[in-house]
Amino acid sequence: MNDIHIQQDAEDAHDNAYAGLLSNDAHWAFGTDFEDPLAGVDTTIPDGLDAAELAQYCLMLGDDALVYAHRLSEWTSRAPDLEEDIAIANLALDLVGQARLLLARAAAADSSIVPVLPEGSPVPDEDRLAFFREAGDFRNVRLAETPNGDFAELVTRLLVLSTWRLAIFERLVGHPDAVVSAIAAKGVKELAYHRDFAGRWFVTLAGGTSESRRRLTDAMRAVWPLIPELGEGTDTERTVGVDPAAVALEVGVVLDQVLAVGGMTAPDVPGLARVRGRAGRQGMHSEALSRMLAEMQVVARAHPRGRW
Amino acid sequence: MVATLKGTDLQRVWAIASEVTDPELPMLTLADLGVLRNVEQDAVGAIVVSITPTYTGCPAMAAMRDDLVRRLTEAGIAPVRVRVQLSPPWTSDWISDEGRKALRENGISPPGTSSRGPIALTLKPKRRAIQCPQCGSGDTEVTSEFGSTACKALYRCRACGEPFDHLKEH
Repeated sequence: MNDIHIQQDAEDAHDNAYAGLLSNDAHWAFGTDFEDPLAGVDTTIPDGLDAAELAQYCLMLGDDALVYAHRLSEWTSRAPDLEEDIAIANLALDLVGQARLLLARAAAADSSIVPVLPEGSPVPDEDRLAFFREAGDFRNVRLAETPNGDFAELVTRLLVLSTWRLAIFERLVGHPDAVVSAIAAKGVKELAYHRDFAGRWFVTLAGGTSESRRRLTDAMRAVWPLIPELGEGTDTERTVGVDPAAVALEVGVVLDQVLAVGGMTAPDVPGLARVRGRAGRQGMHSEALSRMLAEMQVVARAHPRGRW
Repeated sequence: MVATLKGTDLQRVWAIASEVTDPELPMLTLADLGVLRNVEQDAVGAIVVSITPTYTGCPAMAAMRDDLVRRLTEAGIAPVRVRVQLSPPWTSDWISDEGRKALRENGISPPGTSSRGPIALTLKPKRRAIQCPQCGSGDTEVTSEFGSTACKALYRCRACGEPFDHLKEH
């Protein structure tokens, strides 16, 4: 009798579960269709802005976010504890959101940058840019693509990148392009949380054990050589965006403040050299980016007509 | 908020749209959350519903859009288009008083006032005067600024020992 009873209960439960599945397809985040993240947004280029330059600038900011978001996502299930694991996944999600809008904005401004796929492919422009470009077409700074180190490296790199990006986004809120301005206004709030997260952990590790301090010191020696590249800037950034040189001082002040609270000293290390005058913004990347993209892009590239 | 156009009762459209709930916070309607911004009729007669995303990467936005289209279509309102309105950006200050009450009643601590102006670096845990939504005690501590969804921080009540979500100031 008992057996029959249990079986009936299980059957009831299954009936309910399937009923929900069948009537509510739209509730599944994936498996419906692509949507345009800029649907209904006015993407007219304002007077005085060059559309192709604006597209390049959005690629730069979008690629910084996309590539670093992927590095952050590689931490999933590997963080020191569950809370940090979830926090890092949240950081990655924010950056993927920023990347998606920026890449969509880039494509809307200049469709010639979007990789061509077989006719009938439903892949939207921002996904084409993310999954169907070669490493040499990415415009992110090299600090975003460096392979992950330990938790101290995560904290140190996140501190630098989020401080720098926040300073730029604060200025972009007043950008003449309404889309860029809106993305920045939203991003500022997200990045402030990222910077606080990194800053708090930096101070915690600095004041922890001799081992956590040693690891932080090593992390700074690995990250610091990639900082000068952030401030170099390109003509595109100076013309249609924010000159990163203009925020270098402010970024330095924030970093000095965190270092001072942690009792840490900036390492005296030379900047990573450019290769024949080129760095990340010019498409010159480390081999690590190619390997990262191979993993990130493999499924999309295998199914250029795929619907997800 | 609702402009009345000839031939369509936009008040009714707004009323139906505002009943759609957030997929992650089902105790909140999109109107209470502040995501639902406007309903209007375009030149060819389609109903256009404007929503403003909470967080840039929030995956719930797609579900909200689909829910809005389904609910309005079921009510005989068609065609329906959902427009994303990026500016002004969503802020947690837009959550209505009813929404805050519903959050509290469902064990989620509602957000305080969102900060304005230059963003200060905070190297100590954020100080928020938060009451435990379970037992009402003010003796609470943050476990993590990043919780189960993009919009929540994770807290713990030191009085009753229960963990709870806090909707972040944004």
